[in-house]
Amino acid sequence: MKAAVITFPGSNCDRDLAVAFENAGAEVVRVWHKDSELPSGIDVVGIPGGFSFGDYLRCGAIAANSPICRGVVEHANRGGYVLGICNGFQVLTETRLVPGALIRNMNLKFVCKTVGLKVEQTDSIFTGGYVAGSEIQIPIAHHDGNYRADDALLERLKGEGQIAFTYAENPNGSAGDIAGVFSDNRRVLGMMPHPERAAEVVHGSTDGQALFRALVDGLVSA
Amino acid sequence: MKARVHVMLKEGVLDPQGEAVRHALGALGFEGVGGVRQGKVIELDLADGTTEEQVTQMCEQLLANTVIEKYEIELN
Repeated sequence: MKAAVITFPGSNCDRDLAVAFENAGAEVVRVWHKDSELPSGIDVVGIPGGFSFGDYLRCGAIAANSPICRGVVEHANRGGYVLGICNGFQVLTETRLVPGALIRNMNLKFVCKTVGLKVEQTDSIFTGGYVAGSEIQIPIAHHDGNYRADDALLERLKGEGQIAFTYAENPNGSAGDIAGVFSDNRRVLGMMPHPERAAEVVHGSTDGQALFRALVDGLVSA
Repeated sequence: MKARVHVMLKEGVLDPQGEAVRHALGALGFEGVGGVRQGKVIELDLADGTTEEQVTQMCEQLLANTVIEKYEIELN
């Protein structure tokens, strides 16, 4: 099972994400943003957290238009798996691979703390290792994690089971308390919380491990 | 030639920064400020002959996120 982890100028969680994939048993290839194609045989693409291109214009907007992201969109359109975390989630909304948009936190503050997340949808390769409705502890660290979706989109996300995680206590004003959403086919997941920062005992929580394990195990047996 | 692009959040999309500015104006004693919406202005220096259609494509592809933002183009 092979994972690609992309690095943009300003990415800062790329190594952590690569380590989390490796610890779950994946072979990881690091990919630079100027590459126009993904290496061959990639099962899942990880778009890491950070501040790609300094968050200029809008968070994730410039990264979403970088050469490698064309390859990521093609990969997703072929039915490939993509995991975008934090800034990676912002990049995914900008590419339209996941619905909605992310704007400045309601209270305008950068929020950095561990929060409770409710697992809303376990029928996906990312979340199959969790118990539906359970609460897990995962850190967040963002300034622009306020998820925006109008009522029609919220209804659709609920109806189609595209909400992956919700916040137990909404830290940023997100519509529907949404912390993570899937694409229509649930093969692309964007989430603001950082499961790669809760993947080893020294991190203080290992609740993020199940995501990487389910993903790697699911793709190995696929 | 130059173009000026005004990008604003669409009506109905909440604007936390605009709200903070509204509160700050109230705190300064300016009364009756019912609402503040904050956007951005992007000035483009363009080759002569650039069409409005090309600027529209720039807006659609990069300058605005049309999921939450609207834009207006001023060409001169």
